[in-house]
Amino acid sequence: MNIELTDDQKMIRQAVRDFAEREIAPLAQQLDEKAEFSPELTRKMGELGLFGMYLPEKYGGQNMDTLAYIIAVEEIARIDGSQAATLAAHNSLGIGPIYYYGTEEQKQKYLPRLCTGEALWGFGLTEPEAGSDSRGTKTNAIPDGDYWIINGSKIFITNGSADISIGSSVQTVTKTLDDGRKEYTTFIVEKGTPGFKRVTMHGKMMWRASDTAELYFDDCRIPKENLLGKVGEGSKIMLSTLDNGRLSIAAMGLGAAQGAFELAMKYAQERRQFGKPISKFQINAFKLADMATKIEHARWFLYRACWLKDNQQPFGKEGAMAKLYCSEVAREVADEAVQIHGGYGLMKDYPIERIYRDQRLLQIGEGTSEIQRLVISRHLGL
Amino acid sequence: MKILVCISNVPDTTTRIKLSGDQNAIDLSSVQWIINPWDELALTRALELKEASGGSISSVSIIHVGNAGSDATLRKALAIGADDAIRVDAAPTDAYAVAHEIAEAIKDKNYDMILCGIESSDYNGSAMGGMLAEFLNMESVSSVSKLEIEGDELKLNREIAGGFEVVSATAPVVVIVQKGIALEPRIPSMRGIMMARKKPLEVVAATGAEALTEFVHYTPPQPKAACKMIDADNPAELVNLLHNEAKII
Repeated sequence: MNIELTDDQKMIRQAVRDFAEREIAPLAQQLDEKAEFSPELTRKMGELGLFGMYLPEKYGGQNMDTLAYIIAVEEIARIDGSQAATLAAHNSLGIGPIYYYGTEEQKQKYLPRLCTGEALWGFGLTEPEAGSDSRGTKTNAIPDGDYWIINGSKIFITNGSADISIGSSVQTVTKTLDDGRKEYTTFIVEKGTPGFKRVTMHGKMMWRASDTAELYFDDCRIPKENLLGKVGEGSKIMLSTLDNGRLSIAAMGLGAAQGAFELAMKYAQERRQFGKPISKFQINAFKLADMATKIEHARWFLYRACWLKDNQQPFGKEGAMAKLYCSEVAREVADEAVQIHGGYGLMKDYPIERIYRDQRLLQIGEGTSEIQRLVISRHLGL
Repeated sequence: MKILVCISNVPDTTTRIKLSGDQNAIDLSSVQWIINPWDELALTRALELKEASGGSISSVSIIHVGNAGSDATLRKALAIGADDAIRVDAAPTDAYAVAHEIAEAIKDKNYDMILCGIESSDYNGSAMGGMLAEFLNMESVSSVSKLEIEGDELKLNREIAGGFEVVSATAPVVVIVQKGIALEPRIPSMRGIMMARKKPLEVVAATGAEALTEFVHYTPPQPKAACKMIDADNPAELVNLLHNEAKII
């Protein structure tokens, strides 16, 4: 049993940490305040090689393992949830379905560009009436000669509407069977296709500097080559993509918790009340001890789930557990970190305020905590 | 042109240094190691020059004196962009021994320019670069904060009291660099990290050069005294404390 990171993994962590502190930290508050997506930071993440980290070099990737990618997400999330969201969503949900289910032509056509940071891709699963119930999809596609015609809409689609977002994978219903069950099929829909409209969503509490979209399909005609995988495989494609995505959301939780913890440590040692640093009061010291303990638990459990995936072992249960636990730890640690900051923790000048808001998505997005518990309980045979 | 950059492996500058019980050694058990910051800037400048040279600079190599524990630091330098690395397999004892080992390892390799950081951030000796130039019988220029190549000539800004002077030199030369030589160190890209695995890291045997100095003991700096805050409206109290307590006025 070896639970030591390799020299390469340590170097990746340091490189991404240096990048996040140098390039993202100075802009994070301002971008959050303005709710502004930054194509420039996305491009820089691409230059560093953070997109397609787990893809082979022939598609423009870095040929790294899952753990390396997860460490990168963790380090970006330590500084800023919005940029981590752009990174994790594009890698896991944007690139993932094309890489795992695309034809060779589709991979050659899209992946090299999607690995540069100059282009993003969305994952069109959630609909206004299909959230946790992902099979509640209403968006439908009907065949029409060499084309499919899509009608319907999607909501909360990360990386779906920015100028540099060049398309989305979209789950549709292609048939209702005699017994009432539906047949789901996933398609590739490129930006600029007639009948495909993208609207940026505003008014978010969290991830304000990431791109979130509503997608509308109004008799949107796409060529039949844009079928992703096979007809009827749509739900499998989307749900297995979420299995992979859980690890990166867990990494976002871990990174947010780490960032919140470090801010709380620093503040507790600098802030003096009653004649001494507030870290010297046992109630705060014990809070920080609990936070550090939870983070270490979360980290090594997540890394083990990555190890399972990297060693071609089943990781569905552990992935759900990691997503559940890391996102819950992020909430607990961010909450205590705000408490340690007192009134200042409620002010936008202090980055803990942003982390506190950003972490709240993590118990909801890519499968709520409740859905994770459902997944885990099914793995337990319940 | 072939460039060589000398690399020291030093504790991370944020490391809290602890001394061993008898105070004649540093406790290295929990130290994170990094490329000496001045050397990292030297490497960054060497890579910038290579990229701008249109092929006239054929390679940027690195050399280091240390044991296998330094390999992670050397891999990072390779990930940043150095083409190949040499590690002289010996614990670095003092500047003389390190300079001697490097000179012996490279004397037949015909490097045109050798860059050294002005000092290492651990012992701050500032002696190795000059000694290396002497061993190699090469010219050297120290305290260089700007380095340009114009044809066959190097233009070097040296920091001097109150300003700087511009000197010129021709290869082969040892350039001992200072802060300012490059804007900021490069962050290795993911591609660079993957490529670094495949780049050559040659380990050569040491000649056994003896150190001319030895450490007798270390003295840690006095801990910082507590800070007293004085109300801005009360300068008399400030004067009183400076006079009667700190006894500096």
